[in-house]
Amino acid sequence: MKNHRVPQEVNAGSMADIAFLLLIFFLVTTSIENDAGLNRLMPPENNDVIADIKERNLFDISINETDQIMANGEVIELSSLRKNIMAFIDNGGLLVQSEEYCDYCKGERLTDLSEHPTKAIVTIKALRNTSYPVYVSVQNEVVGAYNMLRNRESKRLFNTSFEAINTAYYKEEITEEQRGQLKKRLEIIRALYPQKIIELATINN
Amino acid sequence: MIKFNKASSTRSLPPISTASLPDIVFILLFFFMTVTVMKNQNLMVENTLPKATEIEKLENQDRIIEIYVGKPVGNSETSLGNEPRIQMDNRLVTVDEVGDYALQALSSMPEHLRNVATVSIKADVGVKMGIIEDLKNKLRVVNLLKINYTTSDGDALDNLNTVN
Repeated sequence: MKNHRVPQEVNAGSMADIAFLLLIFFLVTTSIENDAGLNRLMPPENNDVIADIKERNLFDISINETDQIMANGEVIELSSLRKNIMAFIDNGGLLVQSEEYCDYCKGERLTDLSEHPTKAIVTIKALRNTSYPVYVSVQNEVVGAYNMLRNRESKRLFNTSFEAINTAYYKEEITEEQRGQLKKRLEIIRALYPQKIIELATINN
Repeated sequence: MIKFNKASSTRSLPPISTASLPDIVFILLFFFMTVTVMKNQNLMVENTLPKATEIEKLENQDRIIEIYVGKPVGNSETSLGNEPRIQMDNRLVTVDEVGDYALQALSSMPEHLRNVATVSIKADVGVKMGIIEDLKNKLRVVNLLKINYTTSDGDALDNLNTVN
């Protein structure tokens, strides 16, 4: 006897289920990398360099054990910290006649805040019992203040924001020529407002 | 008046073909397989990252050394206590061992990446600065100076609420 039946088609209906199972498995076992954060460069282990810094060029931020923030001798709220730091960096307190007069600063040119953005130093000090998130928030505000000032200058000089230049620089599809130009721009702005942040070692208590 | 074609309105709709459904799901699957990374560490500590707005992305996973800090989780709590611990390389380490493990991670990196290696500190919101400070000092001893306080994207002022 001959079998005249046509071969049956394989039912592909369950294929979708199999693929869904695989999909769900991958969703569970993998994670989308969302690594981003605040970059800091620590000073080397043994630096015995002693530098004389004028008090007006220092902006002290301390955080105590109850997470209160003190900036330049005043207890302030985190929300007003950025404004204070910007006023400090952008002060440009030197006299017009002096050689290093900051002609791009828009600050109030007070006598007790920084002389020039390149001289301004922000120090952050925390105690051992300070909460880490508060410390990160303070760091965030300091970086934010610098970024706002850099953005302002970048818009004035190149008509784009500093962040836009920065992201464009790290894209892979741009040409060498463009990269060189972007790098130059980044360096110009970084020279106008160099980030000088010092994380002081905590005091044992 | 317009006469509607009665025959066509009563005809039942053909069933929707699901033959392309597997293809669609496979495309989704491949998409997820490419954009995600397998978890290479089993988290043994709590890890809710603080929030920040001025963040920079950590590109190139190959030059990153990860350090997790947080309270031990799960059933290990009874034996490990409630103090924040450091996790590196899939195990809990003490502060004194951090330098050794960091150097070990560094030596497993290709040589040209060693001087651009970045340490990503992934600390939980419940951690105090003391342990972070100790960690930073240990990293300075082994000359790993590029650090990154890894955070998630969000309003930094929210961090204050998580503390209280």
